[in-house]
Amino acid sequence: MAKAAAKTKAAAASASVERRPALDGRVLSAPDVKVEVLPPAERISLRAPQVSLAALSKALGLTLPTKPKTSATKDGRTALWLGPDEWMVIDEAGNDPLADCAKVTALHSAVGISHRNVGISVAGPAAAATINSGCPQDLSLEAFPVGAASRTILGKSEIVLLRSAADAFRVECWRSFSDYVFTLLSEAASDAAN
Amino acid sequence: MLLIRCPYCEEERPELEFRNAGEAHIARPTNIAAESDDDFEKFFFIRANPKGVIYERWRHIHGCARFFNAVRDTVTDKFVMTYKAGEPKPAKLPGASK
Repeated sequence: MAKAAAKTKAAAASASVERRPALDGRVLSAPDVKVEVLPPAERISLRAPQVSLAALSKALGLTLPTKPKTSATKDGRTALWLGPDEWMVIDEAGNDPLADCAKVTALHSAVGISHRNVGISVAGPAAAATINSGCPQDLSLEAFPVGAASRTILGKSEIVLLRSAADAFRVECWRSFSDYVFTLLSEAASDAAN
Repeated sequence: MLLIRCPYCEEERPELEFRNAGEAHIARPTNIAAESDDDFEKFFFIRANPKGVIYERWRHIHGCARFFNAVRDTVTDKFVMTYKAGEPKPAKLPGASK
């Protein structure tokens, strides 16, 4: 056991085990849409009862949304409503939301999932059509306005979808599904142009 | 594609996001060790399986991940209504003729 731990430590110190993000730098440009892997971000999965929300919102620096299918963004940090007591917090400014939650004494569960997920940006006039190739939700602006967020499915894989602009989406998927999700979106992007 | 109303998401979502979770309103016996074999069989294995209106548990697994109850017609596959888990069986169904 101790030997194994020492071995891991030695391996971690060498440059050969440098972390390589999934799909690093993959981009696909179609005439009407661009599918692109987003840079790594800090993410947490947050579960908390209603009574803890005020303290958590204060610690995170943004108001956790309580309405279904909504999100809140402030200073590069986005909180997505996933369920009645579940949120995903994505921080793209490099600040760790896990550290902010650690200071909160109110009942909650915050789990770091930064490396579990891969973020993919789908942007352009055909972005909604591209995602709709595998996602059954209504992505019209009336049903899914800017800032709307939802856990849903894309083909065979579960994703978390966030509309960051009228013609731009952020697709969050699990790392092991990322190749499938990116490939499906790439194929759809090429089709969406036609 | 069927649209199913999730009582937690408060809107209709495509059926692909949902999963059936069996019959609803089956109460677990308070003292399961004292159950006779026949009673346990009834609780554990025997389901109503009606032709017509059925009360079922469903889970919005690819959404808010919550379990809820739904009233569905097994003949037409129409969802009559859905309500949150833990709520009592609705006494009167919307649109019911009687």
